[in-house]
Amino acid sequence: MSTANQKITEEIRAQAERLLSSGEVEAFLGYEKGSLPMSVRPFTARKPEDAGRLVWNSFCVLNLANYLPALLKSLEPPRRPGDPPPEGPLPRVAVVATGCWSRNIVVQIRENQVDRDRVTIVGVPSRGMVSAMKVRAAVNGREITAVTEEDHLLLVEGNGFRQEINRWDVVRDNCKTCRHPDPVIHDILIGKKAGQRQVQEPFAQVKDIESKDSARRWQWFAEAFESCIRCYACRNACPLCYCPTCFVDDSRPQWVGKSTDRTDTLLFHLLRAYHCAGRCTDCGSCESACPVGIPMRLLTKKLNMDVLEMYGSEAGMSLDEPLPLTTYDPSDPQGFVLTEREEKGGTR
Amino acid sequence: MGTTSENKWEPKIVAFLCNWCSYAGADLAGVSRFQYPPNIRIIRLPCSGRVSANMILDALRSGADGVLVSGCHPGDCHYISGNLFARRRFALLNNLLEFVGIEPGRVNFSWVSASEGEQFAEVVREVTETVKKLGPSTRLVKNIG
Repeated sequence: MSTANQKITEEIRAQAERLLSSGEVEAFLGYEKGSLPMSVRPFTARKPEDAGRLVWNSFCVLNLANYLPALLKSLEPPRRPGDPPPEGPLPRVAVVATGCWSRNIVVQIRENQVDRDRVTIVGVPSRGMVSAMKVRAAVNGREITAVTEEDHLLLVEGNGFRQEINRWDVVRDNCKTCRHPDPVIHDILIGKKAGQRQVQEPFAQVKDIESKDSARRWQWFAEAFESCIRCYACRNACPLCYCPTCFVDDSRPQWVGKSTDRTDTLLFHLLRAYHCAGRCTDCGSCESACPVGIPMRLLTKKLNMDVLEMYGSEAGMSLDEPLPLTTYDPSDPQGFVLTEREEKGGTR
Repeated sequence: MGTTSENKWEPKIVAFLCNWCSYAGADLAGVSRFQYPPNIRIIRLPCSGRVSANMILDALRSGADGVLVSGCHPGDCHYISGNLFARRRFALLNNLLEFVGIEPGRVNFSWVSASEGEQFAEVVREVTETVKKLGPSTRLVKNIG
């Protein structure tokens, strides 16, 4: 009996082989098996023979859209600044995309980082990805040597123990509150669409913090982000972070210091999250990439909540809609503006 | 941060003012001799749309007890829509800062036109009063050594 993920793996391999051998695409972006249990590694298949290395399972936590702009660029013929654009169609790329990743690709298309005509999107409706950190916590931090996956169960094995874990119990928080598991744009669809999920309280974690007073919130923020080692894994894992020079690397002016000084660390996280405002699809890559388990996703989640409440927009849901911070409405809420408080009665 | 000769704490407030409205409003307050607290340090910018989150956070990091950002009223922007784009960014930043526990009232926003000298003085009075009540800023201030 093969599981849902095994079927998807087979179909991804078949599609990759077909697309690569027909020459429709130059490269196929997916995952291959990692060297440790619960790990997969982003992989670019360039030959039809490579297709057999592609895999699909519940540990595909890194967002593949992250690699797309650079991969497309690497396939263009080299040219110097000022050279005319190359003639004829440019090499194309296929990419596997779940709901949130496809929304990131939409954002990248809107921001002119990706050319829609150059990508074949292989959509896979997501069943939610598993947090390796939660699995490790579930076995009390013992060393895990193998994890076998069934549709609703994870079989975790280690030195001298064997444990069954309910899959949904260890699914990442962002996947649990996900409302759009299906790809918004796709050229090929693998598996059945899940439809829009009904989530009672998608912003429960944010509201929980908002129920605290200012001092408590600060205490939460400073403590939760204290262990950050400034490795920038969260930034590097993010498909929205493609600036040639990141603000953390600016030296004139230097917006944030380079040490692990508390203020600098907190500023880094505030600005990183803020740069994702109106663009973040809550894919959870940042949190999954973090080696120390910082809940930085809550900051972007808060921004997502405000964007939805104030501007009625969710990132990457449509190719025709401008991103919320690249547009405005004359009647946008402005209760926070001092000079507007009396007349408007304050919206927030 | 700052102290007067009687050693009484006085807040330092960084004010980012747009060139066309709020800065002119501050100018009008000056030539009209309206009194307002001397706690603000004005930085003139072309437009409130020029104010990025970096600048506001940098002011706080450098020890400002308060920040005021002021631009033209919506619809009056010299660049047609700079303040309207800025308004969305400020709203989100303001909420994010309050979410992580920066006291409400540390960072303030206002619309003041070039003809509103008295209103400018009033805004500065209000902001200074709020920041005085909050006391010296401690969160997000970088202490070196």
